[in-house]
Amino acid sequence: MTIHGLLSIIAGLLLAPLLQGIVNRTKAVFAGRRGAPLLQQYRDIARLLRKGAVFSGTTTWIFRLAPSITLACVLVALVVLAPAPVEQGWGFAGDALLLAYALGLARFLTVAAALDTGSSFEGMGASREVFYSALAEPALLVGIAVLARVSGGTSLASILQGAGVAGWVSAGTALALVGVSFFVVLLAENSRVPFDDPNTHLELTMVHEVMVLDSSGPDFALVTYGASLKLWVFSVLFASLAVSPLGLSGFALLGALTAAVLFTGVIVGTVESTMARSSLARAPLLLAGACALSILAFILASRFLS
Amino acid sequence: MTAMLDTVLVALILSNFVLLGSSRLSSCIRTAALQGIMAGLLPLATAGAGLSLRIVALGLAVVALKGFVFPHLLNRALRESATSREVQPFVGYTPSLLAGLLALAASFWLDGRLALPTHSASSILVPVSFSLMFTGIFLLVARRTAVNQVLGYIVLENGIYAFSLAVVRDIPFLVELGVLMDMFVAVFVMGIAIYRINSEFDHIDSDRLSTLKG
Repeated sequence: MTIHGLLSIIAGLLLAPLLQGIVNRTKAVFAGRRGAPLLQQYRDIARLLRKGAVFSGTTTWIFRLAPSITLACVLVALVVLAPAPVEQGWGFAGDALLLAYALGLARFLTVAAALDTGSSFEGMGASREVFYSALAEPALLVGIAVLARVSGGTSLASILQGAGVAGWVSAGTALALVGVSFFVVLLAENSRVPFDDPNTHLELTMVHEVMVLDSSGPDFALVTYGASLKLWVFSVLFASLAVSPLGLSGFALLGALTAAVLFTGVIVGTVESTMARSSLARAPLLLAGACALSILAFILASRFLS
Repeated sequence: MTAMLDTVLVALILSNFVLLGSSRLSSCIRTAALQGIMAGLLPLATAGAGLSLRIVALGLAVVALKGFVFPHLLNRALRESATSREVQPFVGYTPSLLAGLLALAASFWLDGRLALPTHSASSILVPVSFSLMFTGIFLLVARRTAVNQVLGYIVLENGIYAFSLAVVRDIPFLVELGVLMDMFVAVFVMGIAIYRINSEFDHIDSDRLSTLKG
């Protein structure tokens, strides 16, 4: 492993809470507030780690196990994805599926823990999470299939590095559509507006926050850090596609990629400030739209490259 | 040139998706207007070196009619009726979107099977025109409000127009003008019909007209 791949993983581990801070700061600027410090999430995590945990009497070992395994799954996803754009020959054939289903396992455990508390409220959040992700998954996988089609690679590294300048020249519109589709998936998978409002607490509309209501102390620190890492992972996927037409390599690519990931936070914050949360009935239509974009991109890519 | 043409064609497909997934009638009219403008600009993009005054004039006529006159007529009809959105279409919005996707896949399959003798700069012009036609027919069948049905008719015509560009290319100027004139009269009459339906029955739900008694 070269220094670039190692740095990309370390950047993800260290900067993921900062990305959340950037999203929140962007929203604060739009609202005319000063907002929380950019490093607030680091302080939150440190504070939570010093506290003790409280477990409800109705929970079982599943609830205690879930936060650590969820974080482990997201870490696997980070290690699979983060070095892929910068490291030659990283990963193995079909590791995109590992990425998708490591995140799927993380989601399953979060949902199982939410159901384990026996709270009907958390059950609702769990149901919505599964509903959204079932619709987001085809958009993500078909999108990755488009990239694989354009680049001719099978591992994430060859997929993300192969869809460079030549890919944008031959099938640029398809890649742009995939980019939009990935961004919608990012919003849905990380429970951002318009699918969920991360600011609402104790409301009937929320998705991710309601599932982790019962977590406390170090467990909640793991959940919070895991959520930040997940946002980082999806942002890397979106950003690596966005910087691929520049044709950079080495440290320039790594720097551009990290900057693009952090800028993705600004875009997410902007979307959250300018859009209202859509109604529950309308969210599937948005995700179906993302699927439609991915499938359209696949058809176009097949046509342009044949 | 090809990249620009492809981008316009992809934008046409995207406007199809918006029309299929949107319930607000005013935004549907705006999207259809945008689609009309893009369709009108298509001959300028496909002509390439053979750009003549005739093609430019025809493109401008299409843009003016589909991009500005039709939306104006439909918006006026919409303002008169107090309808702002399609409440209960025959086919819901998410299934409509899926149907649009199926139609798109079918268009590309059909194009591969037909192997039409095209002389177009872009390889996706024919399938996109098929997809426009399918979407137009689908909107005609699957929507209740008269405004959306008129939009379906316009989308269908856009598809035929794009198809003629890809396959026939050299239609006499007079014939094209005649088609445009027919379109104009049709939308004009339909606008008046919507207005009359609304003033007689207080709604523009064409489905409920079938229960009329003579």
